[in-house]
Amino acid sequence: MQRKSRPKLAIWKFASCDGCQLSLLDCEDALLAVADAVEIAYFPEATRTVVKGPYDLSLVEGSITTQHDAERIHRVRRASKVLVTIGACATAGGIQALRNFKDVKTLTSLVYATPKYIETLSKSTPIADHVFVDFELRGCPINKAQLVEVIIAYLDGRKPNTPHYSVCMECKRRGTPCVMVAAGTPCLGPVTQAGCGALCPAYQRGCYGCFGPSESPNTRAISEQWKAMGKTPQELVQVFRTFNAYADAFRKESDVHEG
Amino acid sequence: MRMTRASTEKSRSQQVIERRDFQLLLDALMAKGYRLIGPRARDGALVYDEIAAVADLPVGLTDEQERGTYRLKAGDPERLFGCGLGPHSWKKYLYPPELRLWQAQRQNGNMTIVPEPHAPERLALIGMRACEIQALAVLDKVLLGGAYVDRAYQAQREQVLVVAVNCGRAGKTCFCASMNSGPRASTGFDLALTEVLERDRHYFVVESGSKVGADVLSAVPTSPALEADLQKANAIIEQTAGQMGRSLDTHRLQEMLYASTESPVWDEVAARCLTCGNCTLVCPTCFCTTVEDYTDLTGETGSRVRRWDSCFTMDFSYIVGGHVRASARARYRQWMMHKLATWKDQFGTSGCVGCGRCITWCPVGIDITEEAQTIRAQNEAKQDTGTRRKKTS
Repeated sequence: MQRKSRPKLAIWKFASCDGCQLSLLDCEDALLAVADAVEIAYFPEATRTVVKGPYDLSLVEGSITTQHDAERIHRVRRASKVLVTIGACATAGGIQALRNFKDVKTLTSLVYATPKYIETLSKSTPIADHVFVDFELRGCPINKAQLVEVIIAYLDGRKPNTPHYSVCMECKRRGTPCVMVAAGTPCLGPVTQAGCGALCPAYQRGCYGCFGPSESPNTRAISEQWKAMGKTPQELVQVFRTFNAYADAFRKESDVHEG
Repeated sequence: MRMTRASTEKSRSQQVIERRDFQLLLDALMAKGYRLIGPRARDGALVYDEIAAVADLPVGLTDEQERGTYRLKAGDPERLFGCGLGPHSWKKYLYPPELRLWQAQRQNGNMTIVPEPHAPERLALIGMRACEIQALAVLDKVLLGGAYVDRAYQAQREQVLVVAVNCGRAGKTCFCASMNSGPRASTGFDLALTEVLERDRHYFVVESGSKVGADVLSAVPTSPALEADLQKANAIIEQTAGQMGRSLDTHRLQEMLYASTESPVWDEVAARCLTCGNCTLVCPTCFCTTVEDYTDLTGETGSRVRRWDSCFTMDFSYIVGGHVRASARARYRQWMMHKLATWKDQFGTSGCVGCGRCITWCPVGIDITEEAQTIRAQNEAKQDTGTRRKKTS
């Protein structure tokens, strides 16, 4: 071990499915090396042992959906030197941000037997809407290799290699023929940020946009192409309203087709 | 194939391989220690991958291509090379999408650089088309021609044997004829085949372009090509040349592009361009890469990795203060200008070989030949107005 310190790592959960923080436990061979390099100080999903803060590096999963969480995130921020949000919920509001397009009271009355017990905000919002975020790691779920890369980059004080360009870059590097061109399969890859390794197209599926909008997404042009492939405006609304529905570029494009 | 090679009259003599003996050609190459790379059908497209037998080739298949669309379909049932180009280009074997350049190891407080061994393989590239040979010549200029040679490329390039195939059909996005890069392979190959498929005979007219090629051929049953065979092969290539689905008028094109840096064309393209980078990654001559440094969890090892990059990514032009080409307009202009104009100033050749991949594999079907034509039309219109003004004044 050449690094001088062993920073304290905390993992926090907000409104989410836990899939992203499980990516850390899913690191298999790398997990022991992670535990060597950092002190896992707060990780309720993995251990009841809690080391007191403040924490050097906080990984925050989930979105803000309640008043309670809107206050709690400030305490997390105060307890963290560096705060990294992980996953579509924390970076874009997640699938639960679908509520943002409707009236939340109508939704709670449809979903819950006794809606009066439900205290919730009208919108699900990303962490960066509430506190300063040092780095955002995209994905639904995040890619565990990228998570480890972010941790290493933090340890070495360098920028993580997590590109913001399109999924097409990864598709082409791995030699997958374009599913839009070769099969007429609608794919969000050209407007979606890389990071998954172009998983779906490798299995002849179109990209679902799990990593959110790419750095310069021309959503209008891809929509036009999808329309030419036979997609209706209603379908286009659904296509952009998934895990990253409330990410700016996808939200705006879905609004256009809602008409 | 070696970089330079004197082709003697003798080695240029043409032979005929019957279709039934074609496997023996592949066997002869493997016997000489070559791994065979050739066209195969996979995931609905033609890709380049390892082959060992005739059956691995896309036998009986052909393709239909247009801007933004590609479909494999049934062709002449017996034909071995009836498919045109797919999304892959040979650069992936010579200039891989991802290459670790070196590692660094920490030892007793010091850092040791561990060079990456470039262990080139003997590769026989089967089915290379004329435009692709030209693309290799362009890459040779870029990566080997200047003061700084790409050593990994060089090492692999020296171990490559090229078995070219003259095109028997041009696709709808092909325009090699206007770029003077095809459809006939005239140089840069070890062997060049023309597939002749007749009702009662299926054979290949073979031209050897090097000593190595001639040696390989001597291990395969052949007969000397008769005048009639040569005429048939020629007629096939001539016919292909007349079938080009696209054309690109290169007359004064460079000049016109330079006069069009602020043309509204770029805004119009930018409205459609996804900035996804597909055109650059399917292009057989695009050579831009990015270099990423990695460290590991232990803090003991670092590495430097080179990856295919694209002038359509934001980071490509990132410098202190921001992205030089933040708009799609600037990025498309950069790419097209480089391919068709500044490449010539930089390397003395066109960066475009007319393979048409960027047209077929653009998900929204942006067509470089069409954009060039629009620029030409605008330039000519401007000149007309200029001349008219002069006349009236």
